[in-house]
Amino acid sequence: MLKYVSRRIVVSIIILVLISATVFIIFNYLPFDPARLSCGKHCTPEIISGNRHRLGLDVNWWVQWWRFLEGIFVGRDYGEGAALIHCGAPAFGYSFTQHACVTTLLGQALPVTVSLAIGAFIMWLVLGVTLGVISARFRNTWIDRLSTVFVLIGTSLPTFISGLLLLLFIVLKFNLISPLDLGTWHSPLTDPWGWFSSYFWPWLSLALIYAATYTRFTRSNVIETSSEDFIRTARAKGLSERKVLWKHTLRPALAPILTIAGLDFAGLLGGAIITEQIFQLPGLGRLTLQAVLQDYDLPIIVATTTLAAAFVVIANLVVDLAYALLDPRIRIS
Amino acid sequence: MTTPILEIKDLTKYFPISGGAFGKSKRAVKAVDGVDITVMPGETVGLVGESGCGKTTVGRTVMKLYEPTSGQIFFDGEEITNLRGRAMKPIRSKMQMIFQDPYSSLNPRHTVGRIISSSFEIHGINPVGGRRGAVQELLERVGLNPEHINRFPHEFSGGQRQRIGIARALALRPKLIVADEPVSALDVSIQAQVVNLLDDLQQEFGLSYLFVAHDLSVVQHIADRVVAMYLGKVMEEAPTAQLFAHPRHPYTKALLSAVPIPDPRVERSRERIILKGDLPSPANPPSGCVFSTRCWKATELCHQVAPLPLELTPGHRVACHFPE
Amino acid sequence: MSNLLDVKALNVTFPTVDGEVRASVDLNFSLNRGETLAIVGESGSGKSVSSLAIMGLHNRARTVISGEVIHHGTQGSTELISASDETVRKLRGKEMAMIFQDPMSSLHPYYSIGSQISEAWAIHNDGSKRDGMKRAIEMLDLVEIPSAAKRAHEFPHQFSGGMRQRAMIAMALVNNPSLLIADEPTTALDVTVQAQVLQLLQNMQKEFNMGVILITHDLGVVAEFADRVNVMYAGKIVETAGVEDLYYRSMHPYTIGLLRSIPRVDQIDNHRLDAIKGAPPSLINLPMACSFAPRCEYSSLVTGGLCTQSQPELEQKSAEHFARCFLPAERIAEVRS
Repeated sequence: MLKYVSRRIVVSIIILVLISATVFIIFNYLPFDPARLSCGKHCTPEIISGNRHRLGLDVNWWVQWWRFLEGIFVGRDYGEGAALIHCGAPAFGYSFTQHACVTTLLGQALPVTVSLAIGAFIMWLVLGVTLGVISARFRNTWIDRLSTVFVLIGTSLPTFISGLLLLLFIVLKFNLISPLDLGTWHSPLTDPWGWFSSYFWPWLSLALIYAATYTRFTRSNVIETSSEDFIRTARAKGLSERKVLWKHTLRPALAPILTIAGLDFAGLLGGAIITEQIFQLPGLGRLTLQAVLQDYDLPIIVATTTLAAAFVVIANLVVDLAYALLDPRIRIS
Repeated sequence: MTTPILEIKDLTKYFPISGGAFGKSKRAVKAVDGVDITVMPGETVGLVGESGCGKTTVGRTVMKLYEPTSGQIFFDGEEITNLRGRAMKPIRSKMQMIFQDPYSSLNPRHTVGRIISSSFEIHGINPVGGRRGAVQELLERVGLNPEHINRFPHEFSGGQRQRIGIARALALRPKLIVADEPVSALDVSIQAQVVNLLDDLQQEFGLSYLFVAHDLSVVQHIADRVVAMYLGKVMEEAPTAQLFAHPRHPYTKALLSAVPIPDPRVERSRERIILKGDLPSPANPPSGCVFSTRCWKATELCHQVAPLPLELTPGHRVACHFPE
Repeated sequence: MSNLLDVKALNVTFPTVDGEVRASVDLNFSLNRGETLAIVGESGSGKSVSSLAIMGLHNRARTVISGEVIHHGTQGSTELISASDETVRKLRGKEMAMIFQDPMSSLHPYYSIGSQISEAWAIHNDGSKRDGMKRAIEMLDLVEIPSAAKRAHEFPHQFSGGMRQRAMIAMALVNNPSLLIADEPTTALDVTVQAQVLQLLQNMQKEFNMGVILITHDLGVVAEFADRVNVMYAGKIVETAGVEDLYYRSMHPYTIGLLRSIPRVDQIDNHRLDAIKGAPPSLINLPMACSFAPRCEYSSLVTGGLCTQSQPELEQKSAEHFARCFLPAERIAEVRS
C-alpha cells in the first residue's frame, strides 16, 4: 500500500510539473501576440515591445516557465525601475490591467469558487445518489418513472439555461436577491445566512444537471450490484432487505461514483464559468473569462489554467487513494 | 522416421510481475517451465492438469499467441520459435485453435458465414466452388444446417456455437488443431456429440490434435497419449491406456483417484488419495520437485533436486525420484 | 412425511415478454436428516430453481410460485411458500443454509472472511462482534483452514478457490442448520480440490446430521455422495430413485442415454460415445407432450405414438423408483441391456 501511495504521489508531482510546462508551450505558440492585444487603442511598436518585456515574453518559453516556477517558490519581481513590484511567494504572476499580484486576485476569487463548488457538490450528491438508490429499490414503479422524467429534464438543461431560468423567474421575480446585491460576498463565518442565500440558487442551477446524471448512474450501478452473487449470499444468510442494501450493496455500487464525483468536483474548482457569469459571482471562472475576453491578461490566464489543471491532478490522486481504502482488492494485491 | 507435426523442446513462458515503486521486479509467474511435447501426424495428445499448471499457456504459446521466453517450437520440421508477423502467416493456415467458451469466442456482430469465411479472406484463398459454397459445406460437415449461414451466433446454442468454432478452424484444412478445453463449457449430453465430431473429423481429414483439458474422462476417450502437467512442468507422459491403468507419478495417481466415477459401487469402494494443502503460487514455485510440498512420498532429496523426466518404459516418461 | 423437508406440487414460473418460462413443474420430493438427495440436470433443466424457491430467494414480484414446501424444524413445521418473508428469513441461514457454485463471486469482496461468517452468526444470535469473530474462527478451524485466527481477517481474493469454498461452507454451517443445499459446489473447482471439498461436505453432514440437497450435473459426484437421485429435464423430474437403482436399473431413456454417453476414467475405450442427439429444449411454451421425445431413441417403441401427444406422469416402475415415461418397466429393462 505504501508503495502504491508513494508511486501515485511522485507521478502526480511529475504530471503537475509537465502540465505547467505545457501551458507555457501552448501560450508560446499562440497565433496572436499577447503583447499587442493588451496594448489598447493607441499602440506603437515601442509600447508593444515594452509590454512584451514587462510580460516577460521576450525570452524563450522555457525561461518563462522556469521563472514562473521560481515565482511560486520564492516570489518574484515584476516590472522595472520605479514600477518594480514584488509579489511574495507563491507568486503566480502580476496583472498589469488590474494592478495586483495574481496571487492576490486568486485569493479573492478562490473562496467564491470553493463555496460554489462545495455547495453544488453536496447538493447534487445527496439529490442524485438518494434518488438513484430509491429508483433502483423501487424499480419500474411510479417512483422510478418519475425520477426518469427528472433525469431527462435535468440532463437536457445546460447550466446556462437552468441558471438563467432560476435567475429570471425565481430570484429576480420574487426579489429573493436584489440585482445590486448579486455577487456580493457574505463570509460563511460571519454571515452564514447571507452566504447560504446568495449561493443557494447558483448551487441549484449547477446541481440539477449533475444530479440527473448521478441519479441515472447510481440507479444502474445499484441494480447491477444487486444482481451480483454475493448479494444472493447475503440474502441466503437471512439478512433483511434493508441491511442487504445498506451493508452489502451500496459500498460496491457507489465506489465508481466516488471516482467520478471527485473529478467533477475538481472540474468545478477550476471555475464554473457560466454559472459565475450568470449570477455575477466573482470566482475563478469569471476572473478567467474577463482575462480572456476583455483584457487578454496573460498572467491571469496562465495562472488559472495551471491551477485548474492542478486541481484535477490532485483530485485524481485523492480519488485513487480513497478507492484503495475502499476496495481491499486494490490495497492488498 | 516420420517428422512430428509439432515438437516443443524445453519450452518456457514466464510472465513478469510488475511490482515495486516503479517498473518491473525480477519476479515472474513461471507459467511454463521447461516442457517437451511431441505430436505425431494423425495423433491426439492430451495435455492435462489443473489450474495454474500451464497447459493453456502451452497451447497458446504453440500457436504463437504468446512469444516463448525460451525453448524451441518446431512445426512440421520447421522451427517457428522466432517467426513473427508476416513470416508466421503461412504457418497459421496450417495450425488452428478451438477455444473453450463458445459464448465469447465468436464475434457477435458477424454472421456465421462471415466468421468461417474470414479464414479464407485472411489468407486470400478462393476455394473451388467459391467461398460461400465452401462455408456451407463446412457447416454441413460439422452437423449444422447450411441454410443458417446468415444467422448470428446468439441464435445458436452452446453446442452449436462450438461446432461453428470447429468449422472455422477446419476451413483451411490445417494439419494441427490446438483444442483448448473445447467441451468443458458444454452440457454433458452435448459433450459427447462434440467429442464424436472431433473424432470423426480427425479420421476424415487426417488431423492431429493437441487436446488441452482438465476433464480426464474426456481425455481418456479421445487421446492417444497423455501429458500431465503441474505448476509449469511435465510430471508424466505415457500412452493413454498405460497412464490411466498404471500411473507412475504420485501426482497423476492422486489426480486420477480424485476423478469421480459414475458408478456408485466402484466409486464408494475406491482408494482415494486426498492431497493435502493448496497449490503453491506459480510466481513462487517450491524448490526441487514442484510437487514435493504436497507429495506423501517427498524426501529431502525431493525438496532439493528437481527430478528430470526419465523414460521408464518405452513411451512412458516420469519426472519423479520415487516413481510408483 | 419426512422429518426434515417435504416438497409438494411445487411450480415455479417466470412470466416473460416471450411467454411463460415454466422452470419447475409439479415437483414432489422429501428429504430426511442425514440423507443426501442429488438433483441432477443440465443447464435449463430447472435444477436450481426449486432450491431457490425452498430458500425463498426468488424475487416474488417476478416469479409465480405455487405448491407447498414444508420444513420440519426444531421449533415446529412451517409451510414456506405461503409464509411471510419475515418467517422464511428467520429460517434462512439458520435452519436452512445454501452454498453456491462460484465462491469468488459469492463472497463479498470488501469484507474479511471472518466478518462475513461472523455476520451470518450475528443475524440469528445475540452477541458482540467479538463473539461472532470467535465463532467464525472456530468454524474456519472446523473446515480445516490453516492458521484460522490469522486468515479470518483476510479478504476473499487472498484465498484460493478451494479455501473460498471451505469458507463458504463454514459460513453456511455456523448456525448448525438441519438442511444444507449445495448448488454445484465443486463445479468451478479443480478435481483434486473437488475431492477435498466433497470429503469435507460428507464429514460435516455426519457431524451435524444434516439433510443435504446436492445440485449437480456431474454423475460421478452423484455416484459418490447421493442416497437418492432426482433427474430433471425441462423443469420436471423425469426419474427419481435410490442411487444404485438409478445407475444399475435406470428407468428413463434420458438417464440411460446420459449414463451411456459419459466416458469414465476407469474404462479405457476408443469406440464412439453413445451420444444423445439433439439439444435440451427451451422452457418457453413447451408442448403438451413428453419433453424428451424429440431426442428419445425409444419413442417408436411406445404404441399409439403417445410420446408426442400427451404428457407422461411419474409412474412407479419398481419399489421406490419412479420414472416419467410411457414405456413399461420390463420394456425399459430390455432396452437398457
